[in-house]
Amino acid sequence: MQVEAGAERPFLSVSGLSVAFPTEDGLVRAVDGVSLSIEKGKTLAIVGESGSGKSVTAQAIMGLINRKTAKVSGEIWLDGQELVGLSDSEVQALRGSEIAMIFQDPMSSLHPFYRVGDQIVEAIRAHRQVGAKAAKRETLDMLRRVGIPAVERRIDDYPHQLSGGMRQRVMIAMALINSPALLIADEPTTALDVTVQAQILELITSLQAEFGTTVIMITHDLGIVADVADEVAVMYGGRIVEVAPTGLLYDRPEMPYTLGLLSSIPRMDRELPERLEAIRGNPPSPIRLPAGCVFQPRCNYSDRVTSGACLDVRPELLPTTPEHLVRCHLPTEERQQITQDVFNILAGGS
Amino acid sequence: MTEPNEILRVTDLKTYFPVRSKGLLPRTIAHVKAVDGVSLTLSTGETLGLVGESGSGKTTTARSILMLVRPTAGSIELEGEEISKLSTKQLVPLRRKAQMIFQDPYNALNPRHTVGGIVSAPFKVQGVEPPGGVKATVQELMERVGLNPEHYNRYPNEFSGGQRQRIGIARAIALRPKLIVCDEPVSALDVSIQAQIINLLKDLQKEFGIAYLFVAHDLAVVRQISHRVAVMYLGKIMESAPRKTIYTAPLHPYTHSLLSAVPIPDPKRQSERARIRLVGDLPSPIDPPSGCVFRTRCFQAQDRCATEIPPLVEVAPGHHVACHFPIATPPKAATVPAAI
Repeated sequence: MQVEAGAERPFLSVSGLSVAFPTEDGLVRAVDGVSLSIEKGKTLAIVGESGSGKSVTAQAIMGLINRKTAKVSGEIWLDGQELVGLSDSEVQALRGSEIAMIFQDPMSSLHPFYRVGDQIVEAIRAHRQVGAKAAKRETLDMLRRVGIPAVERRIDDYPHQLSGGMRQRVMIAMALINSPALLIADEPTTALDVTVQAQILELITSLQAEFGTTVIMITHDLGIVADVADEVAVMYGGRIVEVAPTGLLYDRPEMPYTLGLLSSIPRMDRELPERLEAIRGNPPSPIRLPAGCVFQPRCNYSDRVTSGACLDVRPELLPTTPEHLVRCHLPTEERQQITQDVFNILAGGS
Repeated sequence: MTEPNEILRVTDLKTYFPVRSKGLLPRTIAHVKAVDGVSLTLSTGETLGLVGESGSGKTTTARSILMLVRPTAGSIELEGEEISKLSTKQLVPLRRKAQMIFQDPYNALNPRHTVGGIVSAPFKVQGVEPPGGVKATVQELMERVGLNPEHYNRYPNEFSGGQRQRIGIARAIALRPKLIVCDEPVSALDVSIQAQIINLLKDLQKEFGIAYLFVAHDLAVVRQISHRVAVMYLGKIMESAPRKTIYTAPLHPYTHSLLSAVPIPDPKRQSERARIRLVGDLPSPIDPPSGCVFRTRCFQAQDRCATEIPPLVEVAPGHHVACHFPIATPPKAATVPAAI
């Protein structure tokens, strides 16, 4: 995960990314020292609850953070190019061509007064020298590929004439029209019904395979992550608290927060437990983060660290194995034992 | 045929919204049949889960049952008393028996009122003086739902989403209602908080014997709390059954499709599962398909489905299905009709 000096950089590498917003109540450290990397064509999921910093991380990579109201530091390398410090016009040129983003709410990227076809044509011609006719042909083709029925008619629709699922497809078509190298999907299916969600996820993965797109999937839903991601980073309180390949993260999570998340979700493939294993308390306020481990106030196991480090020392994100990083003061064997015990209880259904 | 513990009996409920033409003299040109012939019952201490996609009419059903939306036809009996014909004024005393919890805890609480004011409002509206005084009772309620009673004078903006939902729950249980209609009560909350709220609702049900009509789109959440489940599609109930039957032995193709679309947070199991892919979206409720409303997205659909509306029939005790061709085991890779 971490980039060594001199080693070849992965396709996308973020290191020491911090985003802080000064407010009247104090400095809000929305993202604090986030490092991650993705190989070309792979999918990284960033999972977290509201306020975990996952969306701000994505916005920082997209260059969407307003430098006048926020302090951004750290490095973001995309395909050999440093993104932090680029001028607005340089970022503008990258957005929509090299990097594209899709959002939870399609109306945030579709203009309500313009026909959807014209909006996609404009996206093409803003970045490439393409004639109007060719651009329209390309638009029709892409809309067909994302599964819009009767495209010749639909291309002249306004966004409000389409259903939620259709709008989401139009937004995906617009995001992918210039074959971006990196696609950031911020909660792309949260507003959709499960049946449509399944369609959209399948669409993203199949287009990704076709174009070789690298994807960052931002979500709170561990269920959809299992479907699409190669690797998962779990965020809490502005930090990454655990990173692992998807299978490993679900089979052997080590950070008590990840374990808590996985065990608090009601699961249809398991015996029905009488009660859900809830994580107690509430997420921390980003203005008044705990001095030690940010998860400590909600952690069931912090008293097992006899030194009391959880209360006043920020744990580092350290490797258990080279591909599995965990931010926790508990010794590795103890963490693994805890996970084993909790999973045994869950499997027993009581 | 009223059962002894029956709290609610809804029969053939219809809620239509008129669609008016534009222009100087608007005429009603069509109706959105949001709820189209829904019947259900609910007993003391029981939870009925009402699931469906957006546009299925589940929320309108819930709101109609509490008369927040006036139903077009049908009957609603609350503890044997017909309420669907009552005026808004006549409904006030009935609000003591039936309450509601809303999806969005940010909009359901008045930001200018303190928690104490919000939770004590039901007593004021109903003119009830609880033994021990309003403040003590409200603080007891706050403690019961997991809030710090010392926060009596705080405002909603000082609380997180989960805590606000607890405030909404405290207000709903203040008058010890027999029935609480919960409209997507946890879908706006973070995963770790969802579990807390579901556990709280279950505890309160055990303690006070409240009946819940639990409206939600998340089938895994509904399974956790419901005793019986009804699946809605375009204003109609497609299938209803005891929880276990719905999740392990459903018969309606739509129930199969919904269940198979729910993601399971386990990469291995997820990749091994048989999945049914529904194409397209819900048809418009202004102009629903003829015959069975689900037929345009159904892998079982045949000619008969376009002409004949399938009635909701009881196939086993408590298990109702509205389908001409119910199926116990759907094909592994179900074929669905071409996109609409």
